[in-house]
Amino acid sequence: MSELTETESLAAPIADTLDNPVQGIDQAAGNFSYKMDYEFDAGTGLSEATVRYISSVKKEAPWILEFRLNALKQFFAKPMPTHWATKDLENINFDKIRYYLSSGQKPKRTWDEVPDDIKKTFERLGIPEQERKFLAGVEAQFDSEAAYSNIKDLVAKQGVIFANSTEALREHPEIFRKFFGKVIPTGDNKFSALNSAVFSGGSFIYVPKGVKVAHPLQAYFRINAENFGQFERTLIIADEGAELTYMEGCTAPKFSTSTLHSAVVELVALKGAKIQYITVQNWANNVFNLVTKRGVAHEEAEIKWIDCNIGSRLTMKYPGVVLKGRKARGEVISIALANDGQHQDTGAKMIHAADETTSNIVAKSISVGQGRSTYRGVVHIPKHLKGCKNNTECDALLINTNSRTDTYPAITVRGDANSVQHEASVSKVSEEQIFYMQQRGLTEGQAMSLSVNGFVNDLASQFPMEYSVELKRLIDLEMEGSVG
Amino acid sequence: MSQLEIKDLHVSIGEKKIVKGLTLTVRSGEVHAIMGPNGTGKSTLAKAVAGHPSFTITSGDVLLDGKSILAMQPDERARAGLFLAFQYPSEIPGVSIANFIRAAVQARLGEGAELDASSYYKRLYSKMDLLKMDRKFTSRAINDGFSGGEKKRCEILQMAMLEPKIAMMDETDSGLDIDALRIVADGVNALRSTNLGVLMITHYQRLLGYIVPDHVHVMWDGRIVKSGDKDLALELEAKGYDWVKNELVPA
Repeated sequence: MSELTETESLAAPIADTLDNPVQGIDQAAGNFSYKMDYEFDAGTGLSEATVRYISSVKKEAPWILEFRLNALKQFFAKPMPTHWATKDLENINFDKIRYYLSSGQKPKRTWDEVPDDIKKTFERLGIPEQERKFLAGVEAQFDSEAAYSNIKDLVAKQGVIFANSTEALREHPEIFRKFFGKVIPTGDNKFSALNSAVFSGGSFIYVPKGVKVAHPLQAYFRINAENFGQFERTLIIADEGAELTYMEGCTAPKFSTSTLHSAVVELVALKGAKIQYITVQNWANNVFNLVTKRGVAHEEAEIKWIDCNIGSRLTMKYPGVVLKGRKARGEVISIALANDGQHQDTGAKMIHAADETTSNIVAKSISVGQGRSTYRGVVHIPKHLKGCKNNTECDALLINTNSRTDTYPAITVRGDANSVQHEASVSKVSEEQIFYMQQRGLTEGQAMSLSVNGFVNDLASQFPMEYSVELKRLIDLEMEGSVG
Repeated sequence: MSQLEIKDLHVSIGEKKIVKGLTLTVRSGEVHAIMGPNGTGKSTLAKAVAGHPSFTITSGDVLLDGKSILAMQPDERARAGLFLAFQYPSEIPGVSIANFIRAAVQARLGEGAELDASSYYKRLYSKMDLLKMDRKFTSRAINDGFSGGEKKRCEILQMAMLEPKIAMMDETDSGLDIDALRIVADGVNALRSTNLGVLMITHYQRLLGYIVPDHVHVMWDGRIVKSGDKDLALELEAKGYDWVKNELVPA
């Protein structure tokens, strides 16, 4: 690790060789993709005019517009991945989706129109009054600019750039253009193409060489409304030896009339850098949450995804790490809770592309009532590599007899100089366990909650305190309704 | 002053009749022992009284302080003051002893009342000292990977913390070596008071050498066939269950 002063680190150039961080890596190895028949199957709700409108509202440079238009073509060209994923995707009505909400538009909903169960949940989670209104879509903007500026100013002193995507692409194209859309190419999947065409909001962060950001940066609604958009785009670059923790989301249910959320998050950890990315999300029951998240870890770098998915109608999300440099480390820790009418299709991808790279996946899912959780994972270690290690653990907990869980681990390890460990378990909360807890005075619902919290405890304890407390309350709420 | 009254209780599992008309009253300050061979319905009795959903009470009644508890959920019975020390306590992975007992204590407080954490831990530690338990024990997941002795001590710790009116102890001595047995028995003896009634279920007389009962009942085929004082246990030990079968059971 170099000892740079702040000014030096600011001025430090980014190595030219990093222009395309995933060049030469066969990322398709990690894709859930199959032969495509190039049928034009997308709806007509989204047009070139929409994309041009978004780009002009944002006063974007021509290359960004071009990027968007190209993405739109790819989105239209790509079929739905229903040959491996759920047919429920076919129920997304692209015609009815609003792709961009300009800041001038005011929400039309009043507080009285917000459903009671949503209000009750806000109450129980202890969400402050003002934030409740924003979350419920009653107010467009949550006024916390002051707090945001403070964080920005604080980290700016270390040379950190922390801005929303629009601002960053406009003001720092020299840094972000190099990496933008490189970790996750536009055509990675249908939804990354969609995001690339209509993205709006999300954070762009650059941490200079050797800078360790002491406090986690948050992309909360507490920063700005745009971060909570439907199609946010996040790009984080940690330069050599830099360290950063980033948190997004909120355990309160996001009550929204929009039914599609499709984000793209790209992380780049240069030599010896560490990025930890924490997500806690609780979507309303009508939302399709289709997110592409991937990071590239260079030599001795480390990328860790901590991902917690609750709610939504369908979530498809497989955070990945491309282990590009020798001794790079990748980790995915994930918790998914599927209640009635929900399908959590989550997992992880680890693409080993250098010697002595290690990856660790720990996924826990809870299926409640008729909820369904699916673990889908890819671990790819090609034959020519040596000294690579992967550990995969998937544990599923079923609460009711009609709950469902599936596991699709795809582990490809070639050659004999690498090691892999895979463990999977499915357990049920037994009648004896519940009776035991009830005999101590806990109601059936409290007993269920306690079992579920116990099941995820080792993972939840890795979350920052405020998130793990909110997660516990949220599990309590989810479990309350699960017993008859 | 509390009392548990079991009145002409009949319990079935499915079609099978297990407890066939059992009557017994346990008052605060008393220690009763129920002895009998395996399969005679001792554990069924305890679980049915606690409200286990697998057992059906076909007739009779169970009253706690004069009020029938049969319509109550297991957790309501527990909060009313009934405790069952399990023969095979369940493991709850990821839930520490401290958090589990805390949730149980919290469940006894009124709506909106919050348990004071520092006084809770103070009390927990003093009870653990009483039971000669290492404080490191509290952070272990409840019963997960515990030895037989640890499980039973953990049951007694919960009993100490929850301060029931009536405690039923199901085969508390099973699976214990002599040292563990002594520690558990010392714990129970330390909890004996005028405020606690105890119903001990045991196969062997061994435990009764450490926890001396006021009353001993011999159970056979779902009924109590003989009651007496602590000497009955010794007599039973000397004569064996054949004596019960041949002389005590009405033909």
